[in-house]
Amino acid sequence: MAEVDIKNYSLNFGPQHPAAHGVLRLVLELDGEVVDRADPHIGLLHRGTEKLIEQKTYLQAIPYFDRLDYVAPMNQEHAFALAIEKLLGLEVPERGQYIRVLFAEIGRLLNHLLNLTTHGLDVGALTPILWGFEEREKMMVFYERACGARLHANYFRPGGVHQDLPPDLIQDIYDFLDPFIQSVEDMETMLVENRIFKQRNVDIGLITAEQCLDWGFTGVMLRGSGVPWDLRKSQPYEVYEKLDFDVVVGKHGDCYDRYILRLEEIRQSVRIIKQCIEELPAGPVMSENRKVGPPRRSDMKNSMEALIQHFKLYTEGFKVPEGEVYAAVEAPKGEFGVYLVSDGSNKPYRCKIRAPGYAHLQAMDFLAKGHMLADIPALIGSMDIVFGEVDR
Amino acid sequence: MASEATLHELGEHISAALENEVSETVVSFGELTICARADQIEKVLLFLRDDSNCQFKQLTDIAGVDFPERECRFDVVYHLLSVKHNQRVRVKIQTDEDTPVASVVNIFSTANWFEREAWDMYGIMFEGHPDLRRILTDYGFQGFPLRKDFPLTGYVEVRYNEEQKRVVYEPVKLTQEFRSFDFMSPWEGVKYILPGDEKAEGQEA
Repeated sequence: MAEVDIKNYSLNFGPQHPAAHGVLRLVLELDGEVVDRADPHIGLLHRGTEKLIEQKTYLQAIPYFDRLDYVAPMNQEHAFALAIEKLLGLEVPERGQYIRVLFAEIGRLLNHLLNLTTHGLDVGALTPILWGFEEREKMMVFYERACGARLHANYFRPGGVHQDLPPDLIQDIYDFLDPFIQSVEDMETMLVENRIFKQRNVDIGLITAEQCLDWGFTGVMLRGSGVPWDLRKSQPYEVYEKLDFDVVVGKHGDCYDRYILRLEEIRQSVRIIKQCIEELPAGPVMSENRKVGPPRRSDMKNSMEALIQHFKLYTEGFKVPEGEVYAAVEAPKGEFGVYLVSDGSNKPYRCKIRAPGYAHLQAMDFLAKGHMLADIPALIGSMDIVFGEVDR
Repeated sequence: MASEATLHELGEHISAALENEVSETVVSFGELTICARADQIEKVLLFLRDDSNCQFKQLTDIAGVDFPERECRFDVVYHLLSVKHNQRVRVKIQTDEDTPVASVVNIFSTANWFEREAWDMYGIMFEGHPDLRRILTDYGFQGFPLRKDFPLTGYVEVRYNEEQKRVVYEPVKLTQEFRSFDFMSPWEGVKYILPGDEKAEGQEA
C-alpha cells in the first residue's frame, strides 16, 4: 500500500461560537478528530482597564471592577477595596464586613449557577439553564435592592459598603435560601447521575495537583485535584474566620469532579449566608474615618463642612500613602488579586489585575492535547471562563 | 497568614542563601519584597521554588511597572505563593527597553502568558521565551499601551466602513480635546505654576 500523507486539519473555533463562552478564538490543529494543538487567541474583549484605572481616582476606579468578571461583580470590587484598605490601614466596621461577606457569597452563587447550567448546555442538557436562570434573576433583584443596579453594583467601597441594607431585604434573602437549595437539588438530579453527562465529563481534562500549581491554577480548578486550598480559610479576610464552612475537595481532577465541587460549594455558600444573616450586628457599614468615608446625607443638609467634605471626596478623592500591596480574594473562579502601586497621590500609579481565568485558559493547550474535538466545550465549561476578566 | 517576624526571618534566610543575587529585602504592609539582580532572576526563582524553607511552588502573577524618569525604567514584579507554608513573596527586578530579561517559562509553566502580557503592554523583552507574541492587543497593533508615555486615547480607532464593506483603521479623531483634571488641592501637592502666578516670582522676596 502506498504511503498516504495525512495532513493535520486546522480549525477555527470561535470567536462567534455559542460554546466559546464569549469571544474566545481557539485555533485547533486536529489529527482526524483528536486535538493536536490548541492555541487560544484572546484579547478580543480587551478594554484597557488597567490603563483607564491609572487615570481615575480610587473611587472612580471601582466600577471598572464590576465589568471584569460580570458574572460575580462584587467579588472583584472586594479585592480592590481590600488593597486600598491595606495601604490606608483602614478598619471596616463589623456590620460592613458581614454585609460584604454576604454579598460576596451571593456572587459565588450567581457565578456557580451560571457556570453549572451553561456547562450543562454545552454538553447537551437544555433544561438546567432555564431553571437556573430563574433563581439567578431573584438574586440579581437582591443586588438591585442593595445598590440600585442588577449587574454593575459599585457597592463595595474602601472602608465598607456604600449604603446599609433595607431591613426587609435581609429577611427576604433568608427566606429565599431554602427554596433555592431545593431547586439546585432538582437540577442536580437531572445531571449528576445522568449517563450522557457522565460520558461527556468523567476523565476529561485530567490534571494532577503538581501540574495545577505549576500552571497557576486556583479556586475550584486546584481544589478539584485534591489540594485543600481556599483563601477564605488559609488567609482569611473580613469575618470568614468566625464563620463555619467546609472547604470542598475533589479526588480525580477531571471535569466531572469540578462540576460536583461547584454544586457542593453552592451549599457551603448558603451556609455562610445563613450565618451572616443570623449574626449580622448593628452599627455603621462604612468607616467613620472622614478622610475616606463620605459624611451622612442628613449632616450635609445642615453642615457646610460636611458638604465641602463630600464635594472634596467625590472630586479630588482621597490620597493613598506611597507603597505597594497585593490583595487577593477567593473569587468564585479562583484567586482574584490586585497588585496596587501608589505614589501618594489620589490616583493609583499602577493597578495590575490578576484574573484567575487568565491562568486557567493558558493551560488549554496542555489540557486539550489528545482529547477529541467534542471535549473542548466541556473543558471550556469546566474552566469557568468569562472573557471580561481574561481580557480585561 | 505569616506574621511580620516570620517574614523577616524568611527574608534573612533568602538573602543569606542568595548573597550575590539579592540586593535588598523589605517587609512593608505585611508583605515581603525581594529586590533581585535582573540577570539572576532564574536562579532566584529556582531557589524560591525548591528550597525546603520556601517552597514557593506557584507563580501567581508577573506585572510590569513603568517609571519613565528612571534609567532602568521598568520594574518586573513576580508574585509567588507557597501553598505549603501559606506565604507570599514578591520579587522585583529592574530593566529597560533594550535589556531582555531571562524567561522563567522553564521554571513555572504559567509564566508563559504573563510574560507575553508584559511584552505586549510594556515592551519588556524576555529572552528564551518559546512564543513571545502579542496577546491582548489587536492583531497588528503598534506601540506599548501601558507605558506612561502612551496616550490614554491611543493612536488609531476602528469602525465599519459601509462603502468598503470592511473594518477600517483611522487616526483617532476627538470631537472634544481629552481633558485630564487633576483635582489636587492648590494648597498642597501641586508643583506647576498656576496661570497668572508666573510674575509673582521675584516680587515677593
